[in-house]
Amino acid sequence: MTQPAATTTPERRSVQRPIRAALGLVTGVVALLALSGCVPNNPTTEGDATATLALTVDSSADSCTVSAAEAPSGSLAFTITNSGDQVTEFYLLADDGLRIVGEVENIGPGITRDLVVQAKPGDYYTVCKPGMIGDGIGRTAFTVTDSGADLADSGDDAEAAAAAATNYVAYVKDQIEALVPATTAFLDAYRAGDDDTARSLYALTRASYERIEPVAESFGDLDPKIDFREADVEEGTEWTGWHRIEKDLWPPAAEDNNGEAYVPLTAAERAYFSDLLQADTGALNDAVHEADYTVSIDAISNGAIGLLDEVASGKITGEEEIWSHTDLWDFQANLEGARVAFEGVRDIVEPKDPELVAQIDEEFTALQSELAAYGSLDAGFVSYTELTTEQVKDLANGVNALSEPLSKLTAVLVG
Amino acid sequence: MNDTPASPKKGLSRRGLLSLAGAGVVGAGLGAGASYAVAAAAPGHSGAAASYPFFGEHQSGITTPAQDRLHFAAFDVDDISRDELAELLADWSYAASRMTSGLGAGGYGPASGPYDSPPDDTGEALDLPPSGLTITFGLGPSLFDDRFGLAGKRPAALIDLPHFPGDALIDALVGGDLCIQACSDDPQIAVHAIRNLSRIAFGRASIRWSQLGFGRTSSTTRAQTTPRNLFGFKDGTANMRAEDTDQVNSAIWAHSSEGPGWMAGGSYLVARKIRMTIETWDRSSLREQERVIGRTKGEGAPLSGGSEFTEPDFALAGRGDAPLIDPASHVKLAHPTNNDGASMLRRGYNFVDGNDDLGRLNAGLFFISFQRDPQTQYVPVQLSLAKNDAMNEYVRHVGSGIFAVPPGAREGSFVGAGLFG
Repeated sequence: MTQPAATTTPERRSVQRPIRAALGLVTGVVALLALSGCVPNNPTTEGDATATLALTVDSSADSCTVSAAEAPSGSLAFTITNSGDQVTEFYLLADDGLRIVGEVENIGPGITRDLVVQAKPGDYYTVCKPGMIGDGIGRTAFTVTDSGADLADSGDDAEAAAAAATNYVAYVKDQIEALVPATTAFLDAYRAGDDDTARSLYALTRASYERIEPVAESFGDLDPKIDFREADVEEGTEWTGWHRIEKDLWPPAAEDNNGEAYVPLTAAERAYFSDLLQADTGALNDAVHEADYTVSIDAISNGAIGLLDEVASGKITGEEEIWSHTDLWDFQANLEGARVAFEGVRDIVEPKDPELVAQIDEEFTALQSELAAYGSLDAGFVSYTELTTEQVKDLANGVNALSEPLSKLTAVLVG
Repeated sequence: MNDTPASPKKGLSRRGLLSLAGAGVVGAGLGAGASYAVAAAAPGHSGAAASYPFFGEHQSGITTPAQDRLHFAAFDVDDISRDELAELLADWSYAASRMTSGLGAGGYGPASGPYDSPPDDTGEALDLPPSGLTITFGLGPSLFDDRFGLAGKRPAALIDLPHFPGDALIDALVGGDLCIQACSDDPQIAVHAIRNLSRIAFGRASIRWSQLGFGRTSSTTRAQTTPRNLFGFKDGTANMRAEDTDQVNSAIWAHSSEGPGWMAGGSYLVARKIRMTIETWDRSSLREQERVIGRTKGEGAPLSGGSEFTEPDFALAGRGDAPLIDPASHVKLAHPTNNDGASMLRRGYNFVDGNDDLGRLNAGLFFISFQRDPQTQYVPVQLSLAKNDAMNEYVRHVGSGIFAVPPGAREGSFVGAGLFG
């Protein structure tokens, strides 16, 4: 599972080209952001849209030397080398000397890292912060002249980001609030030995969890207890959670169980594992209801990406639900969760890169309709084992088609 | 030396057991060497003509500068006798000593010998130099069951590897009674070695699983540059080097004080076929990639700073007092300082076995390590990685094997001879 990145600085290896941008060739960029760093637009259309002016920054113990004091508006790539012996940071500040247009943090001594920004004409400051404290050193005026590049304005990112986080946290709470009673109902049936009912509730109940799986995984100790597969467990460690019960509800034949006859859990063992799952689900519910619980904006978009990675590495291969074969339920829930996360940041991304948003929209729709051919959460899906290799490959192709544009979302979002 | 090679197996065996002399001498005696481009290159040459001696204190292919290509094969031994097993190992050593010298597998060579007999070498290495070929033999745990009367001889260090969290082993890619690691700078030379050794074994042992590797992922000497794995990162920067004599002696070679005498000067090989889900890796951000590895992608410097060979500083913190090197990063979890000093000699290779049913490259790293005691060197490190490594999202262990690698053979003897004494 992709862990959300810890910070929100845009860093990306840029293709550093000759100083064509300086000649004013940055054209055709549909929408670029002025006052915050962001990576170049989708480079598939206009060749010069990604032409990037390369600048170097030397951050030493007592200076912050930028290779030029002036650059044309458009895509600027600052390559910062830390020649000092402390961890350093580099900032591009707006004309008030306060607002951060772009930043790179955590540059270890001797390390080189890029900051790529789309800069509008105007007055800026560059500053380094070796040791990461104080106001920094080497604060220098930096001027961006008008190259004629078409750089659109964007809305108020900070406000939009806060709103997106609020909405997403509400969604997470909503899912887990639904998960808690549904899990109880499932476990009640399982405890009582009503296996038919338990089996019928299993996949649908899990959907609430699968929609927000990256959030659950962000609480490092809970996901292993709730959702580990048998193979994930270390020897000598107790295997608990959904898949432990799954195996008991869909007991394997000996040849699928390392040659050993599967021993069904006793009523007492059923109660034991049920109690644990109920308690761990409750703990998850408590965790997201903590007063200070929030998510960062990049965690939302990385969560969308992570959910698709989950599909690609677990569900599409039938490894997640090896006993119940209900992988397509998980697939659907992952997809829905990813879509919600994406929709949550859409308004921030769209002005910056409408083509990317359109492409992601299109691929979401295509993959959803492809998956719908095999069922729905309400009506049920076909078992994973009923899919032909060709059908699985078609679904995998759809996952790849969506994941590629989706993987660009965070860089645009935080840019 | 007047046996006729009309029956290659028999002839080889007799020679193998009775006169494992220097291969060049044997070859010349049978008039086969002349058909090879380099009959017997001087040991230690670099480049295509490089050749390494087969006989010696240790087997070659361990501290030997890692060659560029690999063909590894694990074998199941057929229903044969203990003597026949010894004979097989002797035949293998004989052929290996010839091939590592740039000679044919058998005495006649691929284009000579009785016209009505199949050539005793398959021929694809004809006209090619030795290309640094090394052939390294290993003995798996299953060899020490009750079939060959070797049950009492199993070294304690030849453990059964435990289940590691996340293991997705495929039965067909696990275990083996015997293994051969053939390394060369020319893929055709490595394949030629396995092919001919496999042929020699027909009726006595057959390949259980095998692996081709196309790019070394470690350096084993200081002179070698650090290569890259299929994640695009330098791999093996912190690897032990042959020049680190003390470390090599203490970490790689088995000692007679702690195991059977016949293993003294040998080592233990762990092989793991690690599939990489490169499609999801490739669409992860540079930030995520460097976080997972703990090093920069370009230079390979630890994220705590410096250059490639700077020691990582796991305590150095950045913003929010979080360490610059993530505690779940690969470099942190694999580092000796986080594993009670455990280290091993890694000698792995990149592989791409075509694609899977879903159109994804079946690609990854064929991990090989040599160590004196897998229980204290390999197992704790892999356990720590399997539990916590941020990289686990992008890798899956699908194949596994552990083998005792006996010491090198003296001229006239064969690898593994001590087992039958």
